[in-house]
Amino acid sequence: MIKRSYFLIIICVGCILYTFTACHHVVSIQDADNEIPDTVSYNFNIRPIFSDKCFKCHGPDANKRQAGLRLDIAEEAFKALKDNPKSHAFVPGDPSSSEVYMRITSDDSSVMMPPPASNLKRLSQHEVDLVKKWIKQGAKYEKHWAFVPPKEVSIPEVDDKTWPKNQIDYFVLNKLERQGIAPNPEADKERLLKRVCLDLTGLPPSLPLMDSFMADNSPNAYEKVVDQLLQSPTYGEKMTLHWLDVARYADSHGYQDDNYRSQWPWRDWVIHAFNENLPYDKFITWQLAGDLLPNATKEQLLATGFNRNHKITEEGGVIDEEYRVAYVTDRTNTFGKALLGVTIECAHCHDHKYDPFSQKEYYQLFAFFNTVQEKGIESTVGGPETYAKKPLMQITNEDVKGILKFVNKQDTNKLIVSVMGDTIRKTYILRRGNYDMHGDSVEAGTPKSILPFPASYPKNRLGLAEWLFNKQNPLTARAFVNQEWQEFFGKGIVKSSGDFGMQGDLPTNEALLDWLSADFRDHGWDIKRLVKQMVMSATYRQSAAITPEKLKLDPDNSLLSRSSRARLPAESVRDIVLASSGLLTRTIGGPSVNPYQPPGLWEMATSGRGQLATYRQVHGLNLYRRGMYTLIKRTVPPASLAIFDASNRDQCEVRRLRTNTPLQALVMMNDPTVLEASRVLAANLLQENSKAKLKIYKAFRLIVCRKPNEKELSILNGYYNEQLKAINKQDAAKLLDVGEYPIPENLNRVNLAAMMEVIDTMYNMEETITKT
Amino acid sequence: MENDLLEHHLNLNRRKFLSRLSLGLGSVALGSLLIPNLFSGSDSDADDFIPGIPNFAPKAKRVIYLFQNGAPSQLESFDYKPKLRQMMGQELPPSVRGTQILTGMTAKQTSFPLVGSYYDFKQYGESRAWISDLFPHIGKIADDICIIKSMFTEAINHDPALTFFQTGAQQGNRPSMGSWVSYGLGSENKNLPAFTVLLSKGKGNGQGVYSKLWSNGFLDSIHQGVQFSSSEDPVLYLKDPDGMNRHERRKMIDHIAALNDISYKEFGDPEINTKVQQYEMAYRMQTAVPEIMDVSKESDDTIKMYGPDCLVPGTYAANCLLARKLSENGVRFVQLYHQGWDQHGNLPTEMAGQAKDVDQASAALVTDLKQRGLLDETLVIWGGEFGRTSYSQGKLLPNNYGRDHHPNGFSIWMAGGGVKPGMVYGETDDFGYNIVKNQVHVHDFHATVLNQLGIDHKKLTFKSQGRRYRLTDVAGNVVRDIIT
Repeated sequence: MIKRSYFLIIICVGCILYTFTACHHVVSIQDADNEIPDTVSYNFNIRPIFSDKCFKCHGPDANKRQAGLRLDIAEEAFKALKDNPKSHAFVPGDPSSSEVYMRITSDDSSVMMPPPASNLKRLSQHEVDLVKKWIKQGAKYEKHWAFVPPKEVSIPEVDDKTWPKNQIDYFVLNKLERQGIAPNPEADKERLLKRVCLDLTGLPPSLPLMDSFMADNSPNAYEKVVDQLLQSPTYGEKMTLHWLDVARYADSHGYQDDNYRSQWPWRDWVIHAFNENLPYDKFITWQLAGDLLPNATKEQLLATGFNRNHKITEEGGVIDEEYRVAYVTDRTNTFGKALLGVTIECAHCHDHKYDPFSQKEYYQLFAFFNTVQEKGIESTVGGPETYAKKPLMQITNEDVKGILKFVNKQDTNKLIVSVMGDTIRKTYILRRGNYDMHGDSVEAGTPKSILPFPASYPKNRLGLAEWLFNKQNPLTARAFVNQEWQEFFGKGIVKSSGDFGMQGDLPTNEALLDWLSADFRDHGWDIKRLVKQMVMSATYRQSAAITPEKLKLDPDNSLLSRSSRARLPAESVRDIVLASSGLLTRTIGGPSVNPYQPPGLWEMATSGRGQLATYRQVHGLNLYRRGMYTLIKRTVPPASLAIFDASNRDQCEVRRLRTNTPLQALVMMNDPTVLEASRVLAANLLQENSKAKLKIYKAFRLIVCRKPNEKELSILNGYYNEQLKAINKQDAAKLLDVGEYPIPENLNRVNLAAMMEVIDTMYNMEETITKT
Repeated sequence: MENDLLEHHLNLNRRKFLSRLSLGLGSVALGSLLIPNLFSGSDSDADDFIPGIPNFAPKAKRVIYLFQNGAPSQLESFDYKPKLRQMMGQELPPSVRGTQILTGMTAKQTSFPLVGSYYDFKQYGESRAWISDLFPHIGKIADDICIIKSMFTEAINHDPALTFFQTGAQQGNRPSMGSWVSYGLGSENKNLPAFTVLLSKGKGNGQGVYSKLWSNGFLDSIHQGVQFSSSEDPVLYLKDPDGMNRHERRKMIDHIAALNDISYKEFGDPEINTKVQQYEMAYRMQTAVPEIMDVSKESDDTIKMYGPDCLVPGTYAANCLLARKLSENGVRFVQLYHQGWDQHGNLPTEMAGQAKDVDQASAALVTDLKQRGLLDETLVIWGGEFGRTSYSQGKLLPNNYGRDHHPNGFSIWMAGGGVKPGMVYGETDDFGYNIVKNQVHVHDFHATVLNQLGIDHKKLTFKSQGRRYRLTDVAGNVVRDIIT
């Protein structure tokens, strides 16, 4: 039906690119770099090729291995071939005698590798050249970088000694100088302040803060602000947001009926823990094994809610064991992804195909989480007694006056939270991952390629936490430091923050990651210290401007030659609207709330059972809570947040997508939250005794967090004057009729509607919801 | 500046792209402005697969999937089993059940009395397909459809079974079938999303649906199913506030663009221009979507064909009519869900109600597409997440019984899009319990649907977390017998 000339095709391609460049991640330096290094590294040059093209059939998975050949382990790869004992896969120093080299260069479909039937792409000439040189240089294998503990790294030399502000910058600048790229200058003060406020608190700076910072010319003005923000209770909220994704926190049980659960006190604890700056080792140990600590406190028990945040079924008629196993699986997978940054879940049904984790090791790890005294289905949809599942704890009114004073309990009703508690249960390998296909029984243990489980440690979750924080554990510090780096710099040093394995991305700056990780570990796992280190660096403080030259030399900013401009997370988009308009309710914690939502979303997609079958919107102050307190019903997550890529909390997530779509434009244009905020801010400004232009100027500062330039001000002011004429009384009344916040009686409706539209325009500016 | 970036993208991918064009397969779907990832780099390691361009000549260009959520009984619809009536009340022979796992709802039943269909069956069309009296309209299109009586799945509970059908995996955040198709082929209409979702609800025992089913998973969120509803706001946040007309909206968007342009000049970030384009697309959607939703221009014959319910927003019939309009306008994948098919009890009454909801409109959709010459290029699918047991759940009464979940053999049908019309494929045993001929797994079903769209299911991959994922996981065979 559609027939087009190639000319048209090219035109279309142009359009597509024009429209969608933002969705794309440009190929990184490594891919573009076609030079063969002097010394070919197995880890950085060769393994990525083998992992992608060879290990599927010649790797760790014993069941899928072809010709008995394994190329991921040196001893195996150098053995005489089983099929032809005269040949060897690799003959160090001699590519032409190496069977692998012969086959990757062959055009004969009966011997070529990867074979045509594998659907794997052949090696590029560049890849072939790398393999050739690597064999020539002796075919030296190295252990995968991520499974070796962070090395002692010395601070690298740099030419420009004036730029670095702390150690981070030496690592970054060293790389930049080697590529002949200069870092960007420091961002202007207004933009830097907005950036650091949003990164540390998730909220825009207030006008007084903007004024005082702009007026403060002391050399440590920025540091003063950073310290002030780190002490703000909103810091804990901001840090918690990412952790809620990691911990797949939600306010409903998930699955078919998806009724309410009261797990929010655990979320309040996380905020508290970040604000108290609980060291990372304790932060994790309490969450993994707080119940097993000697003389465990109720706070430590509450922390273990982490491992009960997964979905729990209430569908009548399910097979109990099937679901119980699903929960244990979820915990095991979350442990791997969140705390180690590995895809351990791939070994659930078979040996891992790329990383050295056997299926047996998976179930050894599984064993730590398999002893919870729980059921697959404890109860079907019901009242408050079903809002948490055993093992559970009750939070009393006495608790919230004492040890659990950070729990924002607002009534005297019974409050229960699902937590951890053990019984004795044997663990078996589950063949093909099936809950009812028991294989051999296994004892708790850890993947030995990461770090064998020391015999002296207790074989329970407490022992597992000890293992995690053993100085020899190569992954714990790296995984967390990398996730935090991602939150502050836009993407991780290892971009695939959930996969440090062989199929994951290589670190863009391995020395920096290792240094930061070791430094974090050796300084008491101090999270605030780590965060401050990041935001104090000159690297962080660069401007976000992109020159054509940099776009060419460092297209995806993997060298950190500028600050990454990034759209704010969904919750911050909401928060910036509420905060700048003055509507934001600054209460911390408590039960989640249902703000405005388009009608019918829950009702159209429900079994009709449970208290979340119908959406009950809140009123008053609770309408204006921060985005992180919006109730998450897993099967129908909050629409406006989901459109901005918020997690649906189905599973552990360590990295959100960041997209740019027309639906986001529709939210910003028509969500009553944005319209109401525009109206309320307009009303506040109209009640001030000032000229219209000054009101617009002030609104711009509140919303975009900087002073407008002349051109911007003139566009907005012109628009205001235009609207004063364009809007009639009837339309004004309709436009203003949004949201529940009262409108002051005395204001001229047309003026108010015109100002509301001008402010709405500012909320729709790209810069408003972007970290610049 | 963006030209540099364009050039950069082009250089990287031109060779791959042109080599595909040289195969002569590149002419489809390029008109779309909705082919994301076409020139993406490391994030979507597409290897041999280039989004937006099929692997081979497609039979179908679009899919309309009429999902019957809750699992309608095959035994009262398309799988005629007279023996069950003859053996009414007798025990299901244990040899038939074998080692089959039952749900917790009937596992503890001491008796498994066989129950025949409360409704009679008739043969229709030249294919002589047996169809129950609950579906007379579908009976009339028997020669247009291909009934598969030998579907089977791996899950026995709604959530995993539904998730399996929609995403190819029982658990986890995988992309929905529609998202895969959107990723694979893009949209044909620059004003509409490539993947849209429509919900309706019958009076029968219901199971919820959830947005995970139309989630983009690890794909770009442009591939997420966009829910259309027949409420005042057909797409979430589409409608401008009262008091703002199109002219005023245009004016505001122009001002937003002017302000963004200032910012672009300062930062040179291509993302800013993308934002401007997305506002333009949003603006166009604001016109295009209400036009699509408007059924006032449909002919009386069309309205009559779908039945009077098609004028009642939110009904299955209205959604079927809307599905035709969306599909006609180039939406790749229209996903309907009709809830209420979970008949553990009261089956005779509830199923009659459910059938009444969907029979006429389902048939009308096929006929309508055919009359418009669109059926050849549109694949219509009708079916649930599993079937139901041939024994009664709960007490068997002369006019009342229920059926439990049954994954081992059930029926769906497909029409158009290169699927053989007037065909009945596969067979179950006399008890309608086990498949005896030509079994079709969910992965096979997915492979076949993709095949009809010109996509090799083994090549439509996306690399996430170090692994290349497919809709069909590591399995799936195209059911060649049912395609032309």
